[in-house]
Amino acid sequence: MNIGWLTLLLLLPFVGAIATMLVPKAKALTAKQVALGFSLVTLVLTAIVAIGYHRNGGEDYAETHTWIKAFGAHYALGLDGVGIVLVVLTALLTPIVLIASWNDAQHGRWSEKSFFAWILGLEALSIGVFSATDVFLFYVLFEATLIPMYFLIGGFGGPQRSYAAVKFLLYSLLGGLLMLASVVGLYVISAKAGEPSYLLSDLMKLDISQNTERWLFLGFFFAFAVKAPMVPFHTWLPDAAGEATPGTSVLLVGILDKIGTFGMIRFCLGLFPNASEWATPVVLVLALISVLYGALLAIGQTDIKRLIAYTSISHFGFIVMGIFALTSQGLTGSTLYMFNHGLSTAALFLVAGYLISRRGSARIADYGGVEKVAPVLAGTFLFAGLSSLALPGLSPFISEFMVLAGTFSRHKVIAVIAVLGIVLAALYILLMYQRTMTGPVRDGIEKLKDLNAREVLAIAPLVVLIIGLGIFPKPVVDIIKPAVDETMQRVGVTDKAPQIPVTEGQK
Amino acid sequence: MSAMLLPLADFTAPKIEYNELAPLLVVFGAACVGVLVEAFLPRPLRHLVQLAITVVAVVVSGVLTGILMNDNKELLAAQGAISVDGPALFTWLILLALSLISVLLFAERSIDGGLSAFAGQAAAVPGSDAEREGTAARIEHTEIFPLTLFAVGGMMLFAASNDLLVLFVALEVFSLPLYLLCGLARRRRLISQEAAMKYFLLGAFSSAFLLFGIALLYGYAGTMSLGGIADALSSDTGSDTILLAGTGLLGVGLLFKVGGVPFHSWTPDVYQGAPTPVTGFMAACTKIAAFVGLMRVFYVALGGSRWDWAPMMWIIAILTMVVGSIVAITQTDVKRMLAYSSIAHAGFLLTAFVGLAQAGSGVHNGITSTQAVLFYLVSYGFPTIGAFAVVTLVRDAGGEATHLSRWAGLGKKSPLLAGIFAFFLLSFAGIPLTAGFTGKWAVFSAAWTGGAWPLVVVAVLSSLVAAFFYVRVIVLMFFSDLPADAPDVALPGWQTTSAVALGLAATVVLGLVPGPVLDLAARAGEFIR
Repeated sequence: MNIGWLTLLLLLPFVGAIATMLVPKAKALTAKQVALGFSLVTLVLTAIVAIGYHRNGGEDYAETHTWIKAFGAHYALGLDGVGIVLVVLTALLTPIVLIASWNDAQHGRWSEKSFFAWILGLEALSIGVFSATDVFLFYVLFEATLIPMYFLIGGFGGPQRSYAAVKFLLYSLLGGLLMLASVVGLYVISAKAGEPSYLLSDLMKLDISQNTERWLFLGFFFAFAVKAPMVPFHTWLPDAAGEATPGTSVLLVGILDKIGTFGMIRFCLGLFPNASEWATPVVLVLALISVLYGALLAIGQTDIKRLIAYTSISHFGFIVMGIFALTSQGLTGSTLYMFNHGLSTAALFLVAGYLISRRGSARIADYGGVEKVAPVLAGTFLFAGLSSLALPGLSPFISEFMVLAGTFSRHKVIAVIAVLGIVLAALYILLMYQRTMTGPVRDGIEKLKDLNAREVLAIAPLVVLIIGLGIFPKPVVDIIKPAVDETMQRVGVTDKAPQIPVTEGQK
Repeated sequence: MSAMLLPLADFTAPKIEYNELAPLLVVFGAACVGVLVEAFLPRPLRHLVQLAITVVAVVVSGVLTGILMNDNKELLAAQGAISVDGPALFTWLILLALSLISVLLFAERSIDGGLSAFAGQAAAVPGSDAEREGTAARIEHTEIFPLTLFAVGGMMLFAASNDLLVLFVALEVFSLPLYLLCGLARRRRLISQEAAMKYFLLGAFSSAFLLFGIALLYGYAGTMSLGGIADALSSDTGSDTILLAGTGLLGVGLLFKVGGVPFHSWTPDVYQGAPTPVTGFMAACTKIAAFVGLMRVFYVALGGSRWDWAPMMWIIAILTMVVGSIVAITQTDVKRMLAYSSIAHAGFLLTAFVGLAQAGSGVHNGITSTQAVLFYLVSYGFPTIGAFAVVTLVRDAGGEATHLSRWAGLGKKSPLLAGIFAFFLLSFAGIPLTAGFTGKWAVFSAAWTGGAWPLVVVAVLSSLVAAFFYVRVIVLMFFSDLPADAPDVALPGWQTTSAVALGLAATVVLGLVPGPVLDLAARAGEFIR
């Protein structure tokens, strides 16, 4: 039975955004409550959809309507294992961010309610991006997400926010416009083959010549590599995340950047399997560079938010590596990594945000001995940091392990070098913790208040999920696995048999 | 000579298809009536009467065009001189719709203390006593309305001319009123007059090129009719040298009107100097007429020699996109920036034009160049007029505050107006869910369908550069602080309000559900000969 669940999921935050804007300016609190209410209802609905998906698979949720006939564009939504995981992540992080950023927008360029409304708008568009099954619709939503994010960074961030916002926008547009060329190319091939159609299912049937496929792949891949972000297209992220409010950074790194890696799985592997295989060596090397370079730069940072941004570049390197290792373990691990990275980075950014808002500075050198003054804050910070460095027992560990194992079975050298990334991760997290939280109490820290109830409320679900999925990741893996198998089949690769085969009984 | 010696009995009156030409005749007829009104009606009545005549004529003409479109009849009218085909009718419809909005802007009197944007007495020396007296007496040039009608009629004829001579006559019919209108600004009259002079001189120059090209093509084919030239091309009788020279010169004349680089240099000066409503009118309508005329001549008459002129057009398309978007970055005046943006848009349009994706060219089911260009012109025209309408509202003591630095912090002063302008800019930049995106998509896919994918790559990169300067204005409006001496935002009358609202509505609708207009453009089909 299909009652347009996904449309509902997409519309609800959007309606919420409008409702939030309609609340009079004087009643900022009401506006915020309205926004939070809408995001919570969206979360509940998403949970219902996710449970339904777990039970009956994704067919029930597909919606297809012709949108622009001349372009072959459809309003087509649907879910697969990768999509649902990211939709859940989006629906989960939005209310958390709203609660955590409750007072962050007070000093913005515009009213607080517009901050909340933009976030809801971003949620709507992101859910659309993760569930679009039509390339044209995906592209439209993909580009449209830039607008709320642009205003979130430019309107509510630090002193350099305008610069950061424009840099973010131009980098993303560069990728997006090159992708547009590829999208147009897909149309032309589809039109030549018969009736033009942008539906993924139709495009997958197309017979694309080798060279064309490679060019089109590059257009898509470039856009996703900028988005993800991979070295050398990453420089916008530290600026954007460093200037934006912590909540915005969570949405940027936790959700928006996932569109890049999500797109690699769904579009690069799905539409251009041969070209993806062709590009594997280069992509893997770039991913490896991202892992190590991101980690090294993170160690050298003096600004907490920029440090976290660089850790994300390193993590995204792992995710891309898992995707392009082209093993089912790697792909599953990467998808799981996207979800777990969303959780752990959200925790890290939000706690760092709590810390920064108390002291009014993001410089690591301004802190010291926080754990003596604010033990709960320091504790959650340590927890978030440990989950970011993939401590066994916490959920990111499982995904990172799967990515490395999956990569190792095909590309030993790369996997071995990538393991260094884990060591470096321990270094940048623990160094930051040591410098800010331990040691003698610095001036200006003595009166630091510990976390209040609202702040704990925002972090608690993340902590529970990180521990829970660290111990028992099966439900998520079960959802992801079928989609991964389908993609693997599409690319036409099978997992390598283990080096030491299971010996059958001697006959 | 022989024709003159024929006995009178052999003379047959030319057959004129009055029904099919009615939209044209209505506009030209109303223009003539407007001239008479100017001569015979007392001054106080003129504004209202002229406005009524103009609006009625445009609306009636639009309805007639709609009926013709519905009948789906395509024919060569007036002895083959005018081609009333699908693209022509479609062009007429958008020209009339955009003219209607422009005329509303022309009639706006509430934003500048009860006076229109046009000079009271164009003949009075700027800064003289005569000028001040005229202003005090609230004298107005209501001639602008018949002039506009002549221009609109000329544009309609230009887009439909199936004969090079008619093409030339139509070009002059719409250009001469525009030269005049450009020089009629009430504020900054010297710049305005300078703009008119430049436009006139360069326009006359380009007309000469066009005329010379026509003469050479006549020399090649022995006929002026587009179909005749195509026949001559297919039988390949004349001299190639004359053909190529003629094509080149004709191209210069047409590309001048389109605003293609390197024939664009008039655009920024004229756009800046002309009264802003006229700039909007020119930016939208002239471009539409010129583009359809260009396509008609090159597709219908010179389609057979496409391999000769396509390389030239490739180069011009690339130059136009690149120069238009890069030079726009350095502009400090809103109107000049929009002028360069219109040049860049001409470049995007040229990609589809060069793509030559035609229904008959072996590509099936895909979007055709004609369809793409027609749609793009719609999706470009409405936001353009809307954007210029917004420009008329940001004013200080000296009239419109067009310097970009004066727009700083506008988002604080008037969030609605700045938001609307930002939306128009996003549409120009081609951000999805706006008309500009669907338009860009259409021309790019037409270009690629025709095999011009390198142009598509250049076009997306130019779009990025273009996006930069559009975004810069948005940053300026929303992310800068409001200076103490910021310009005021005038309260618009119903005319400007409806112009902006129509532009906004079209931009939103064409971005969300472009299907109907695209289908209409597809139904327009190809040019007939």
